[in-house]
Amino acid sequence: MKKAIRVVIARLGMDAHWRGSVVVARAIRDAGMEVIYLGNQMPEAIVETAIQEDVNVIGLSTLSGNHLELAPEVVRLLREKGIRDILVILGGTIPPDDIPKLKAAGIAEVFGTGSSLEKIVRFVSGSD
Amino acid sequence: MNNPDYMEAKKYGEDISLDEELYRNLSGFHIKSLYGPEDIPKFDYGTDLGLPGEYPFTRGIYRTMYRGKPWTIRQLGSLGSPSEANRRIRQLIQMGSTGVSICLDMPTIMGRDSDDPMSEGEVGSCGGVAIDSLEDMRNLLEGLPLDEISINFVSNSQSPVILAMFVAVAGEQGIPLAKLNGTMQNDILKEYQAQKSYYFPPRPSMRLTIDTLRFCSENMPLFNPISISGYHLASAGATPVQELAFTLANGFTYIEEGIKAGLSVDSFAPRLSFFFKAHNDFFENIAKFRAARRIWSRTIREKYKAEDPRSWRFRVHTQTSGSSLAAQEPENNIMRVTIQALSAVLAGTQSLHTNAFDEAFSIPTPRSEKLALRAQQIIARESGVINTVDPLGGSYYIEALTNEMESVSYEYFREIENLGGVISAIEKGFYQSAIADSAFKYQEEIEKKKRIVVGLNEFVTDEEMDIELREPDPEFEKQKVADLTALKKNRDLNVVKTCLSEVRQVIQGSDNVMPVLIKAVKSRVTLGEIINVMRDIFGEFREESIY
Repeated sequence: MKKAIRVVIARLGMDAHWRGSVVVARAIRDAGMEVIYLGNQMPEAIVETAIQEDVNVIGLSTLSGNHLELAPEVVRLLREKGIRDILVILGGTIPPDDIPKLKAAGIAEVFGTGSSLEKIVRFVSGSD
Repeated sequence: MNNPDYMEAKKYGEDISLDEELYRNLSGFHIKSLYGPEDIPKFDYGTDLGLPGEYPFTRGIYRTMYRGKPWTIRQLGSLGSPSEANRRIRQLIQMGSTGVSICLDMPTIMGRDSDDPMSEGEVGSCGGVAIDSLEDMRNLLEGLPLDEISINFVSNSQSPVILAMFVAVAGEQGIPLAKLNGTMQNDILKEYQAQKSYYFPPRPSMRLTIDTLRFCSENMPLFNPISISGYHLASAGATPVQELAFTLANGFTYIEEGIKAGLSVDSFAPRLSFFFKAHNDFFENIAKFRAARRIWSRTIREKYKAEDPRSWRFRVHTQTSGSSLAAQEPENNIMRVTIQALSAVLAGTQSLHTNAFDEAFSIPTPRSEKLALRAQQIIARESGVINTVDPLGGSYYIEALTNEMESVSYEYFREIENLGGVISAIEKGFYQSAIADSAFKYQEEIEKKKRIVVGLNEFVTDEEMDIELREPDPEFEKQKVADLTALKKNRDLNVVKTCLSEVRQVIQGSDNVMPVLIKAVKSRVTLGEIINVMRDIFGEFREESIY
């Protein structure tokens, strides 16, 4: 049997908005993947957990406007440790102009307001 | 009742079974195709509605409503920098805003100073003001007529410190506390239930809330010390009837805690205010407010024995639904907000905040903020809906919905009581799972197109978005940290230490914390320093995440 995909989901930095992150966490879990829900964490702690838990994907959520500072930091810390096979994705309130900057910094995909769960699940499960 | 046309129409109404699922409101109530007298069989004008301004206030809390006093147009006047926010507030007043809400940035919300390592990338975030010290509060409020314009601080866990700073600045401006207008959101219960910006466990947090309540009831008779907020519950996913029931149950909890602390109910109940969301479903939203007024007044009078009629009044601020704003074809949000705002007005709100159309991307621009403000002025001055009080009262549909909202609320009250009350229900994770379930269900309905969002899941186009968004100021954080570092260098450290040890002492005992906080902020002790002392004593609250 193929090992289930493991996903860590975290609210980036201090952002308290939790609705999107728990709804996505549930959808990913319901699709048969394993979810580790971290709540609020800074990049160092997120990366540390991702490595300990041997995850395939890191899902970040933020609506507070900290995405350009903190999301690339998660990718940078992974690369610093020589890790290239953990996918980092981001969801939340993200101005469209920031998306190319985030992708250039190594964020695999950005899911803004109105993204469907189906699309997110498909992406995380690797079938997209 | 025997009118043949009516009976025919009723028959049609009963027969209709096609797409029944589509005719449900956001609370999940099934909506009939037609309402008539049999839907409100025991309706009694005097007991169920009464005159506006009279018990049980179903039709509104004032006799003349908007003819006597228009609702307060209360837009958000915050931006990262306190001085910029001050300029913004002045512009809003100039454009016709009659009140203002001030949001805090994430570090301030979480009780951290701008120079805390946790604050990196967040200083001035969420369109909120960064408040570290009294200096910031002074810059924020400089030259504003604090006894005329009402300021609503969207402040919660850190409220005792923000209140202390507000009191200190008002003192500097020579305004007596007795004349100080305004509101502190200060609703800790909904933080655990939905907004999640708490630091301490619920019980010590409640003690701080009661300290502020007591301080305000003794010194600030015009100030609203708590704005009991359903908005955040709804934004996190609660349905309108959950918002209604959970918010009122929280309100009753503050009443009980106040009484337990030895306050007489009439000494503080008149200053408790509320904050609701104007959801998308127009009539459901109106019924929610009407049910809230009736339940609140009856319970406060009959159960908690309040005798002052002002204690029975459910006074409410409303904001249109931020979570209903779509990123697809964002200009459509202007229409959504206008419809929601109209429902809040027809529901009898005391104050209103209309969202800007670009909030699905970032904090608003001056242009989008102005459009949002104008929506309120057009409703108030052009549409004619304010000419008569409660124009929808007596509608079969509205009254039946109001009754249904009320009876489902009582079911929730019983459920919460069976869990041991609101704080126990929080500790048992009741709200988390109830709200997460509703949020998930709502998202599923959108994806299955059981709920339509124009431009998102129906009438979809692939046009490129063409609006200008606000650019954050990349230098602000650096500047704020530098200012704070300078402030921390230029103060008497011995005085700071003494103040913090006084705070520690009072927190460990049972005296009201407000006097030592006021002294501390005047001595340039920062918000983060004070909260850290409290964290040390109270500990931090961690919750099991339920999803």
